[in-house]
Amino acid sequence: MKFGVVVIPGCYCDHDCYYAIESVTKKPVEFIWHEQTSVAGFDAIILPGGFAYGDYLRTGALAKFSPVMSAIRDFARRGGLVFGICNGFQILTEAGLLPGALMRNVGMKYVCKFLHLRTDNADTPFTNVLTKGQLLYIPIGHGDGNYYADEETLKRIEGNGRVVFRYVDANGQATPEANPNGSLNNIAGIVNEQGNVLGMMPHPDRSYDAILGSADGKFIFESMVNALVAR
Amino acid sequence: MRATVIVTLKPTVLDPQGMTIHRSLASLGLTDITDVRQGKIFHVQLKDGNLEQVERLAKEVLTNPVIEEYRIMWE
Repeated sequence: MKFGVVVIPGCYCDHDCYYAIESVTKKPVEFIWHEQTSVAGFDAIILPGGFAYGDYLRTGALAKFSPVMSAIRDFARRGGLVFGICNGFQILTEAGLLPGALMRNVGMKYVCKFLHLRTDNADTPFTNVLTKGQLLYIPIGHGDGNYYADEETLKRIEGNGRVVFRYVDANGQATPEANPNGSLNNIAGIVNEQGNVLGMMPHPDRSYDAILGSADGKFIFESMVNALVAR
Repeated sequence: MRATVIVTLKPTVLDPQGMTIHRSLASLGLTDITDVRQGKIFHVQLKDGNLEQVERLAKEVLTNPVIEEYRIMWE
């Protein structure tokens, strides 16, 4: 079982992801340079946070054309686990691997803080050690995390349980006050139809050990290992 | 030959940046301005003839069809 962490110039959470996976899973993990055209040999791929190629046009807009993304598209189509965190989530929506788009935060500010997430689908390769409704304490750090999808798309993803994480208050309620960026329906993370691609704005790679303020992020990496072992 | 590509958010999509600009106008007394929406403008130079390349640039690179739309002005 081997994890890969994609390295794109401008992304700076690659090492966080690398150490999170190494520390939580004890499985082999390697960096994948953005110019690589193959991801052969990997079982799970992480797209880390940051500002890919500077994110000057739109977040993730140019990253979707990088050579490694064609390989990741094929990898995802074959059922490989792909996990995009923050900028990685933005890249996955731009690349069409996840529906919707991530727009400028409604409050116009870059928001960096710990908050609560509610697990709304515990039946995915990324959440199988969690239970439905379980709260996680995980930080965000983004200026463009405002999840948007047209009405029809939103209905579809809500209808078949593809919203995996929602921003909630400490009591687990998805209130407007608990929504840090204006995301529709407090959406913080979604999976694709097949369930093998997850994107989320919050950072489990910044919350996998109590010394970081929370260890809740480790559940996601542990779930991925479980899913891969079961294959 | 030159082309100008204008990218704007779809009318149905909330524009936090435009709203922020609009909110600040009251303090300037510009109270007749009822709405502001922000977009992007790209000036493109191209060899004569291949207009399709500008279409593709606008459609595949400059615009995210989930939230944005574009129009091209030729010069």
